[in-house]
Amino acid sequence: MLDRDEDILKAAEDWQKAGHGVALATVVETWGSAPRPAGSSLVINDDGTFLGSVSGGCVEGAVVTEAMDVIETGKPKMLEFGVADETAWNVGLSCGGTIRVFVEKVG
Amino acid sequence: MKLETLHELNAERAARRPVILVTDTESGEQRLVKARDFAKDPLRAELEKQLRTGKSGNVEAGGKKLFLNVYAPTAKMVIVGAVHISQALAPMARSLGYDVTVVDPRTAFASPERFPDVPLIAEWPDVALPPLNIDHYTAFVALTHDPKIDDPALLHAFERDCFYIGALGSRKTHAKRGDRLRAQGAKDSDIARIHAPVGLAIGAVSPSEIAVSIMAEITAVLRLPPKEKEEAA
Repeated sequence: MLDRDEDILKAAEDWQKAGHGVALATVVETWGSAPRPAGSSLVINDDGTFLGSVSGGCVEGAVVTEAMDVIETGKPKMLEFGVADETAWNVGLSCGGTIRVFVEKVG
Repeated sequence: MKLETLHELNAERAARRPVILVTDTESGEQRLVKARDFAKDPLRAELEKQLRTGKSGNVEAGGKKLFLNVYAPTAKMVIVGAVHISQALAPMARSLGYDVTVVDPRTAFASPERFPDVPLIAEWPDVALPPLNIDHYTAFVALTHDPKIDDPALLHAFERDCFYIGALGSRKTHAKRGDRLRAQGAKDSDIARIHAPVGLAIGAVSPSEIAVSIMAEITAVLRLPPKEKEEAA
């Protein structure tokens, strides 16, 4: 029942209206001791500025990189991060969890 | 996400109205469902469950994988009565994520020394309560034990349809309170909404234990499905 993501979605709207390309990344699934619950989000704009989080800071860099691609193509992506998933991603969650992050373009 | 969807989502959240954003995670298709439209939605049961638990999650429907992202307003708690129980209840509610306000016109009770870090309003309910924008997402607790303060406060809570309304007092005190409130225009259905004696029956003795029983009862009302809620009460 908590809603602490207010400024994130507001920023997404404001940035888009100001003419930026904007992407929204949302945690949609977690396994193990993932640091942020499903529904947590990160907003990214085309100059690399971001707000919010989808993990404790472990995978945000990779999400921002992917988000740039999503802003460019307009096609949503599903990303998966986890400690045991080294072949797909080099950035893992040090806490031992796995998360799936949905990245979509705004606008 | 379409800009108009984002705009509508932000407007609903600013108005403290719960919504769920349904996303098909394969196609990226989305729709925003307002809580008042849940009843006529094909995903009704899933939407209601996710909102009640306040958790976002995935469901499969019609061969589609859907992510249900819950946007519910931050719950408020308004405590009328800056009494000993409130000194334990206010910080407890804050740790559970509630925005807490304590109201008591008696300045000897409503002092910052007794309530560090909690917004305190040392005014009568008719002055203090209207600006708080009390709504459905508010747990309302009347603890002064003084009809002059608790009664008008409870009438305000009925009007605002708080999800939880509790009032301190024995069954006997509560029966008298019911008579007084009815005389001031409250309906039987309003009186029936008051949890009194306040809190779950856990044999609480100290003010802090009573605070625990109140907080547990509020949590049960917030989270349990209607049937189990009746059994817990």
